[in-house]
Amino acid sequence: MAERPANGKRSAREYELRLYVAGQSSRTIAAISNLKRLCEEHLAGRYSVEVIDLLEKPQLAKGEQILALPTLVRKLPSPIRRIIGDLSNTDRVLVGLDLKRPA
Amino acid sequence: MKSAPAKGLAKAPTGIAGLDEITGGGLPKGRPTLVCGTAGSGKTILALEFLIRGASQYGEPGVFMAFEETAEDLDANVRSLGFDLQQLVAKRQLSIDHISVQRSEIEETGEYNLDGLFIRLAQAIEEVKAKRVVLDTIETLFSGLSNVAILRAELRRLFGWLKERRLTAVITGERGDGQLTRQGLEEYVSDCVILLDQRVSDQIATRRMRIVKYRGSSHGTNEYPFLIDEEGISVLPITSLALDYPVSNQLLSTGIPALDAALGGKGVYRGSSVLLSGPAGTGKTSIALQFARAACQRGERCLLIALEESEAQIVRNARSIGLDLEPFLRSGLLHVQAARPTSQGLEMHLVSIHKAVRQLRPKLVIMDPVSNLAPDRMRETNAMLVRLFDFLKMEGITGVYTNLTEPDGSLEQTQVGVSSLIDTWILLRQVEVNGERNRTLFVLKSRGMNHSNQVREYRLTDEGIVLLEPYLAGNDVLTGSARLAQEARDREGEVTRLEELSRQQGVAAARRKALEAQIEALKAEMAGLTSEEARIASAEHRRQKRLVEDEQAMAQSRRAAKNGARRGENDG
Repeated sequence: MAERPANGKRSAREYELRLYVAGQSSRTIAAISNLKRLCEEHLAGRYSVEVIDLLEKPQLAKGEQILALPTLVRKLPSPIRRIIGDLSNTDRVLVGLDLKRPA
Repeated sequence: MKSAPAKGLAKAPTGIAGLDEITGGGLPKGRPTLVCGTAGSGKTILALEFLIRGASQYGEPGVFMAFEETAEDLDANVRSLGFDLQQLVAKRQLSIDHISVQRSEIEETGEYNLDGLFIRLAQAIEEVKAKRVVLDTIETLFSGLSNVAILRAELRRLFGWLKERRLTAVITGERGDGQLTRQGLEEYVSDCVILLDQRVSDQIATRRMRIVKYRGSSHGTNEYPFLIDEEGISVLPITSLALDYPVSNQLLSTGIPALDAALGGKGVYRGSSVLLSGPAGTGKTSIALQFARAACQRGERCLLIALEESEAQIVRNARSIGLDLEPFLRSGLLHVQAARPTSQGLEMHLVSIHKAVRQLRPKLVIMDPVSNLAPDRMRETNAMLVRLFDFLKMEGITGVYTNLTEPDGSLEQTQVGVSSLIDTWILLRQVEVNGERNRTLFVLKSRGMNHSNQVREYRLTDEGIVLLEPYLAGNDVLTGSARLAQEARDREGEVTRLEELSRQQGVAAARRKALEAQIEALKAEMAGLTSEEARIASAEHRRQKRLVEDEQAMAQSRRAAKNGARRGENDG
């Protein structure tokens, strides 16, 4: 289950994001919609997102050091950042993505 | 999940020396156990050894979830303990997952749960078909994630999840102020709680273990010292003093025939404990080594725990009394474990003794001297010795212990604490008389045998230990030169008596000769008298005859002068 904005290639993007979730829970759905909204508002055209369901690919959890779910991993730009939760707190997501200085 | 029935609670053996004994068989099977303790108290090692032994000895693969150390760190740490994690991982008996929790990397933005952890755990368990799980140290989560309410709910869910899957789990936790763990994990894990502790006294660190709780199972409530060395953890169990030792009727030679005789004929019982106590220089070690030789000659393994001398020194000194230990050392029948008690804590020392006994499985254990274990901690020493003696008795191992006593102190009063566990107590003394010290030996007690009550003198000769025949003079046992002098005096007395006898014989003979001579003289005198009598008699006879002749002659002449004769008579 991968989701990507239709307007670009993943490798060319400045922001490479992965959202790890576990099944189609309400929290998963909330996280996905929060992320979409946020990216469109702040990173339009500069990002790619891959959504990974660990119930389908549990072996990926170890390598990515996933603990809490949902977890949004900023693969690029480096360094790697991890943002956990349903991404409902937009300010904190932006801080996590280095798009905003901590308050 | 309902708690397991109190009786017949299934247990998962840890394989850790001593731990299975104090827990009555291991950790609760299919349930979580909390292992808590201060930093460096050995939590991780215990947890790892539980997994490693589970996988390699009990066919129960395991998963190690490391929250603090990486798999590489763990591997390096236990490699020094002689465990090869890589190999177990390669054989798919062990799965290690390092969970990195870096607060600086994590931004919390709303609701979350720890499904990622559950998924990883499930994945690892599936990978090796794990029966055992370790979470080390799960409290690290609290430093990485800030939502305590979520964490607590998730931990509760996690422990329930582990129980549902019937996993035998070990969860480690750091000791907190006023509670067992910083985050109160004991609240969630209530089946079994083990507390580890490391204390330093007299610059010596001692690790201790205590079973705080074990639901549905009896367990020792004491603190058990334990050791971490190149082979992992060894716990010194305080075995129950239930007095249900297996007893043996087999008698073993002490290696000194005369001592065997003094003990009632054939020595001491197998599995009994023998105490040799005496002041310095009484030959305690030498006598103990005779026991060792006798054991080795029977082909039995012997462990000599030398607390005072090095192996080389013992071998050299043994040679001076005609005892060559080299062949026994070479053949492996004799094993010397030499260590200064001060280099290790008292408990650690006894743990290492336990370990050596378990590994070597000797038939005889000699400790020389027990009094050197902790001279200034007599009470504790006694308590520990009671445990050790008890352990050896349970194993049916004969124990020979030497004990240094004060030369002027009452021998019977020292070591009161251990005397009840001693079956045969031999007192060695030095008797000072006539400016010399001589060694004497006395069997103070020997349970179940008709032992001699005599004080015996003995000598350490280059041909071994020689007990001299008891030599009594009046009420005293004579030793050394006094003994020699008395022997000499007695020899002299004999000579005198013989001389006197022969003198008396001479006197009697002479007297007899004198009497014989007297008899001869008397006989001669008698003979003389007889001949005199005869002479007198014949002279009388001649006189009578002459008288008769004279009268006849006179008669003839009177016929001629009859009247004249009558007148002559009147005048007369």
